Amino acid sequence: MKTLKIVTLSVVLSFLTFSCSNDDNGDSTIEEAPDFSGTYSQADQMGRPAVNTVFVTPSSKDTFNRTIPSEQNATFQNMFETNLTALSPAFTTAEDTNALGLTASEFTGLLATDVLNVSLDGTTTFFDGTNVLTGRALADDVITVELLLIFGGEDFTENPSLSNDNVDANDKPFLTSFPYLASPW
Amino acid sequence: MKNLKSILGVGALAVASFFTIAADHIDAPAVSGGSSDVTDFYAFQGENTENLVFVANVQGLLSPGETAGATFSENVLVEINIDTDGDAVEDLVIQAIPRDGDMYFFGPVAPAQTGLDSSIQTTATQQGVVEISRYNEAPIIGTNAGMSFFAGPRDDPFFMDFAQYTEIIAGNATGFNTPGTDTFAGTNVLSIVVEVPKRLIGNSGTINTWVETKTK
Repeated sequence: MKTLKIVTLSVVLSFLTFSCSNDDNGDSTIEEAPDFSGTYSQADQMGRPAVNTVFVTPSSKDTFNRTIPSEQNATFQNMFETNLTALSPAFTTAEDTNALGLTASEFTGLLATDVLNVSLDGTTTFFDGTNVLTGRALADDVITVELLLIFGGEDFTENPSLSNDNVDANDKPFLTSFPYLASPW
Repeated sequence: MKNLKSILGVGALAVASFFTIAADHIDAPAVSGGSSDVTDFYAFQGENTENLVFVANVQGLLSPGETAGATFSENVLVEINIDTDGDAVEDLVIQAIPRDGDMYFFGPVAPAQTGLDSSIQTTATQQGVVEISRYNEAPIIGTNAGMSFFAGPRDDPFFMDFAQYTEIIAGNATGFNTPGTDTFAGTNVLSIVVEVPKRLIGNSGTINTWVETKTK
């Protein structure tokens, strides 16, 4: 108990020091130490873009947000497959695949565990024509990629009017340096 | 042969709020539009290729007029989860939580517990803090021990013709327009950006990552 307090105090002190040396206006030197105690309980979560929005039935959306990723496949893969095949004429038969060679079952099996796969060894992109699911860069046209994988069929040629929203880039250029996102409007 | 409209009609029942706003904006009733509503999550190699960048955005669709008044909630913990061994269970977390105008960062650090509940890892070796940037001022960047930190309003990096998708799902249109119209043009989000050396999150190979908001 005492040890914990001492540890907490030393952390707090290191914070204050840190804040002091990095804060132009010096406000934080006279503030109370922040309170970080307590338990924080899950509200929302997200791995890949649009997965909850697209594949989860409305009445289950909150449940999906509170199901840990390691349990999502068992709970949601069937729902995802049902919704995918209902939505897309590119998955009419069990043999239909998308351009990744994945059937409706396989594709939703991948998506149902809603985590973003990220390579630590090079190019990071949702899809750039060569690399697939190695991250998500700001400029990646993730919606068109997902529409193509949902509607585009085996070679991206099916349902062309549904498989590209024809918005290919952000409304402001991104920065090459930290913090990378464009300034607000 | 099912025609497309009937297929989409069935789809619309199943996914009535399909792209009610796309990436994860307003994805579910319990969080919709509030301070814990994650809008988007990105992970990409940094300008320094030894680093990885995580971006977690909350509170989407802020008009310029609303942006100056938008604030992070001190009751909302934003937690970036990192699975380094492929079992979709977090081995490391990076936690971000605001206190009195500053955003505090803890991690990457092994969490005290995995799953739906978190405590803040105040004894983490890796920590940082940055003053939350204000609207219409230059972004404030914090650095510590190889990591970089930002928190504040930015342009929403997401882009999509959501409006036309809604028309398609409603049966009022059969396809997208050429060119489309970016429904998110001119809107802002509250953004948390953290850049971390890859050696602190597995160094090599593939990680799985996701973002959570957790409330007190």
